[in-house]
Amino acid sequence: MSLVTKPGGRYRSVVDATEIIVVKATKDPIDLRCGGHPVVAVGDEVPSGLTLDPAFASGTPLGKRFADADSGLELLCTKAGEGSLSIGTTPLPLKDAKPLPSSD
Amino acid sequence: MHLGMLLEMAADGMADRVALGPKASGVTFAELAHRARRLGAALEAAPGERVGLVDLNSPVVPLALFGAAIAGKPFVPINYRLADPQLRAIVTRTAPATIIVGEGVAERIGPVEGIEYLSRADALALAENPEGKESDGWGGDADDIAVLLFTSGTTGEPKAAVLRHSNLTEYIITTVEYAGSGEDEAAIVSVPPYHIAGISAVLSSTYSGRRVVQLEAFEPQAWVDIVRTESITHAMVVPTMLGRILDIIEADGQGLPSMRSLSYGGGPMPLPVIERAVGLLPNVGFVNAYGLTETSSTIAVLGPDDHSAAFASDDPAVRARLASVGRPLPSLEVSIRDAIGEEVAVGEHGEIHVRGGQVSGEYLGRGTSLDADGWFPTRDEGHLDEGGYLFVHGRLDDVIVRGGENLSPGEIEAVLLEHPAVQEAAVVGIPSKEWGEGVAAAVVVSGDVTEDELKAHVRARLRSSRTPDRIQFRAELPFNESGKLLRRVLRTELADTFA
Repeated sequence: MSLVTKPGGRYRSVVDATEIIVVKATKDPIDLRCGGHPVVAVGDEVPSGLTLDPAFASGTPLGKRFADADSGLELLCTKAGEGSLSIGTTPLPLKDAKPLPSSD
Repeated sequence: MHLGMLLEMAADGMADRVALGPKASGVTFAELAHRARRLGAALEAAPGERVGLVDLNSPVVPLALFGAAIAGKPFVPINYRLADPQLRAIVTRTAPATIIVGEGVAERIGPVEGIEYLSRADALALAENPEGKESDGWGGDADDIAVLLFTSGTTGEPKAAVLRHSNLTEYIITTVEYAGSGEDEAAIVSVPPYHIAGISAVLSSTYSGRRVVQLEAFEPQAWVDIVRTESITHAMVVPTMLGRILDIIEADGQGLPSMRSLSYGGGPMPLPVIERAVGLLPNVGFVNAYGLTETSSTIAVLGPDDHSAAFASDDPAVRARLASVGRPLPSLEVSIRDAIGEEVAVGEHGEIHVRGGQVSGEYLGRGTSLDADGWFPTRDEGHLDEGGYLFVHGRLDDVIVRGGENLSPGEIEAVLLEHPAVQEAAVVGIPSKEWGEGVAAAVVVSGDVTEDELKAHVRARLRSSRTPDRIQFRAELPFNESGKLLRRVLRTELADTFA
């Protein structure tokens, strides 16, 4: 299942509490998953009977950014959950960002 | 992304942290969100399409900013220091709106068609009422207008800069680490709510989880007292504020033991003031930030490490970076261009252009000023050095054309300020029969120095065409309350004096 992403688009995991928002969208549709299962748009129906895949259960912390160098996808976690994000079965890495000095 | 999301994330992940007020008795992020949702529900039902604010800093500022966002209405903080006719004109342009007002403000402005006033006290009562209805989401989406800020209008009729939710949230999530502040951190906010720095202070503190202590309006002794009693660790000041703060610290010798980071911006900071600040506050990290209202605040920063490296260096090019605004944020692009829009070489002066998600460059009723490729021409003159450090030389509209040569007032002002007797300096062009425009300077000095000595000081460092033709000694320069020099006022006064 593939998603057409757009900046500001909000998605949730179907097997845990994780919610994310799209910061940078991808050109092509993408198979974004959390906890091993495709995410759904916030507000959409959550399919029942699915369980967290232990291979994708390292957690998604609130406020962390994730980025995929290949597709350009960038996400922000807006609700923490037990599942971890992946594109297909490839884990989505944390975005490596050096903190900036506080200016305001 | 919507501003409502920033508040929700803070309330969700940092519920019990103090957001606003004293450490022991302040309002937590969870409570701040409850109050904003209650005020948001009330503002949604209130008349008008916008939510204005004409008031000093108070707990209502963050509530009104987030409450308006939750209500799905643009927030329009207005300068309460404007003279009554100007204030009334801007309030009229804000209609139809509900405007939150401090004491006596509604009486000052009088009735205006399409404007409903809500007192600060009533707005706080709505927010704090535990029985009050709370909004369960937020109105509108990321592309809607979050904030309208009237520019100071130092060069003409004030324009309303449009900042959309997407601009402001892009700035926050790309520059601020969520929950990145230590639990012991606290910021003092003394910039007025109608300034972009007042807006970004609320948003940055909320997202980073930093406690905020507000000062109604800047007053140097009160600022120093609060920093000491509230163990403030972070602050942002404009140049005129810093000099006055340093006077107090120097006189009482008590320093600012809790302060870790002092950010300055909003205008060129004289080098001697920064050198003095570093001497008086040896444990503070200094941050110089450059930004515009139209860019949702900061676009370049010179951080504490940059300051230390510049101070420690024998290399004049590295040392000169103390006068720069640092490097552009990694989340945006900066390009220096000549008058026909071609990018200039490193080191050459041109107009600073910027592009990125936080850049709005849009004015209400006037549309966008971005070019076809999304670049915003800032009207600021600047250059980049070999290391990518950005130097800002002032407004392009202030450039003096003397005998066909373009002169930057900022460059001449910086040299004047290097003279030990010069406290403040401003340079403007005045009509000249001989040159078209001549260079006139106004200075505030301490100690004895003559006009000829100052001219010789500039001539020894810059070309003679850049030496002021005339210099006026004054008790003070005309600044607005945000520390911005009123060049138009000064130009008229000097032109009259030297006519």
